[in-house]
Amino acid sequence: MSIAKAQKTYTHLLEVNGLKTYFKTDAGIVKAVDGISFTLDQGETLGIVGESGSGKSVTNLSIMRLIQSPPGKIVDGEILFEGEDILKLSESELRHIRGNEISMIFQDPMTSLNPFLRISTQMIETIRLHQDVTRKEALAKSIEMLKLVGIPAAEERIHNYPHQFSGGMRQRVMIAMALSCEAKILIADEPTTALDVTIQAQILELIQDLSKKLNTAVILITHDLGVVAGMCDTVCVMYAGKIVEKAKTHDLYAKPSHPYTFGLIQSVPRLDKAQDGKLFSIEGQPPNVIDLPPCCPFHPRCHKVMDICRTQYPPTKDLGNGHEVSCWLFADKKEHSHE
Amino acid sequence: MSNIQKQKPLLEVVDLKQHFPIESGFIIKRQVGAVRAVDGISFTVNEGETLGIVGESGCGKSTTVRSIAQLYKPTSGSVIFDGIDLVNAPKEQMLDARKNIQMIFQDPYASLDPRMTVRSIIGEPLEIYRKRGMLDPSIDKEVIEKRVEELMERVGLNRAFKNRYPHEFSGGQRQRIGIARALALNPKIILADEPVSALDVSIQSQILNLLHDLQKEFGLTYVFIAHDLAVIEYISTRVAVMYLGKIMELSRSADLYKNPLHPYTKALLSAAPIPDPEIERKRKRIILTGDVPSPNKERFGCYFYDRCPHRMEKCKTNIPPMKRIDENHEVACWLYE
Repeated sequence: MSIAKAQKTYTHLLEVNGLKTYFKTDAGIVKAVDGISFTLDQGETLGIVGESGSGKSVTNLSIMRLIQSPPGKIVDGEILFEGEDILKLSESELRHIRGNEISMIFQDPMTSLNPFLRISTQMIETIRLHQDVTRKEALAKSIEMLKLVGIPAAEERIHNYPHQFSGGMRQRVMIAMALSCEAKILIADEPTTALDVTIQAQILELIQDLSKKLNTAVILITHDLGVVAGMCDTVCVMYAGKIVEKAKTHDLYAKPSHPYTFGLIQSVPRLDKAQDGKLFSIEGQPPNVIDLPPCCPFHPRCHKVMDICRTQYPPTKDLGNGHEVSCWLFADKKEHSHE
Repeated sequence: MSNIQKQKPLLEVVDLKQHFPIESGFIIKRQVGAVRAVDGISFTVNEGETLGIVGESGCGKSTTVRSIAQLYKPTSGSVIFDGIDLVNAPKEQMLDARKNIQMIFQDPYASLDPRMTVRSIIGEPLEIYRKRGMLDPSIDKEVIEKRVEELMERVGLNRAFKNRYPHEFSGGQRQRIGIARALALNPKIILADEPVSALDVSIQSQILNLLHDLQKEFGLTYVFIAHDLAVIEYISTRVAVMYLGKIMELSRSADLYKNPLHPYTKALLSAAPIPDPEIERKRKRIILTGDVPSPNKERFGCYFYDRCPHRMEKCKTNIPPMKRIDENHEVACWLYE
């Protein structure tokens, strides 16, 4: 397989095209991810921002093909990793990619480690599963990784159990495990949400350093716009299963075009600017993604809503420099009059 | 805002300590130590202002407000509210005073009873005090019913939903229910324990705006806990920075952010991300090493000693007292002696 792959040419390390992941529930079909596309290159950090239920996590579980089926199903689209469609791989080929090529850090460091096993056991297991090495070599590698993520006295601490580590330390162990197989893509699903600000700063710094050192591409899922501003090269803003805006980080913050992005950025109080009076706020609640009508899902909360928003989903418009936005405000006249 | 210092404090906390015993043994329990959740803090809260408390998890923020509300019996110290020492007052008097102290909790899913309707949740504080005979006798079932409807409208809930159960509401709406419940008894002070940290960004600003409006309308006083520094800056008049059960710095909100003095405050502020890539990428971070140490042992030096980038020999063995730098700024650090 690897020979065949080496001969293939590809332009992006990871390319997601029109991915749709639906869940079947008693209440109807939940379109958790509804036709999203993005690309990721080597060494790039991509941020995915959105509120709970916007489909950020499902997107990434889909990339790893970790969607439980039933009830979930990837109904359409392709995920090209080094030019090869992950969705068409067999279970054993998948296992080669998971952990080896693409690995993942989960949100909650308290529950992602097995409390019954020593850190050493868990790390050695991970490494030996993916690489052909002896226990001894794997242990040496684990200690090296723990040192890399800044765990003091790694030789001794590796034989501890997870409960003997604090939250920040456990997240470091998770990162060490995720990076131990020199994955090309690291998916970090809200890696710092459960942690305090000072620890968050440590962990983010660590991810950034490591991705530079190992040239790993990172997909960072978060709801914190501050974290995105500091870490990411490109940002996708998700709302109700769709990417509503995609841009280089600087462009997005300098010129947030979708009313939702604008609202999100405006509604966070900022440390560096004293504010008096009211915060900007997006009224209403995030939509229920069950049986969404084919209109713009943001229209009930939008402060710039027009008639057409209530009946049709807006086309995606390129504003230049890869800045894409799906909003009728930016659509051409011709598209407005269409139909 | 300029005449804050002339007002008399509504709430005064003096050397409050809240230790939780650690017990060992199966049948015969004996105390083997204590978790020093709050270890001697003092502050005042003036009428109509918002005191923000920030700090990392485990620093004792939540314990502080729970001790103020007398949900725990403080180990020592006093909580003087409106001239009454709640810790030592007789129960009747304490209950009467506590009518004016209400809480909003962090988790809108866990803080509402799933088997109660919205009407009974919001009306419960009134019912309880009516049964205790501590309310005006003119307040009967009908008045309570009306009050519940008024409160629902005020916090932005449709009064038609009063017979619904909490699971039928989203997180932000549930938090509104919690706020309505806190307002039911017309309290003077509301203790808000991370009321927005479980909410989505767009909902967070709705709730902050609501709390802001309510404060103006009813002249409420808030003690507001959050770990998000930007939220604290936005809502607070004064801010207390806590670490390991101690107050490290206490200052007017604007001064704290412009001129942080304590090394811990500086590190905390530099660690908080700012949502602007231009600024965010140029900032210098003070990265603290290590984690928050265990609060189980008694300390004889500065509580921040283990992680402080500026520690001195003196800090190891002497606890720095709160030192007043100017009228509105106090700090507990030997650097400012």
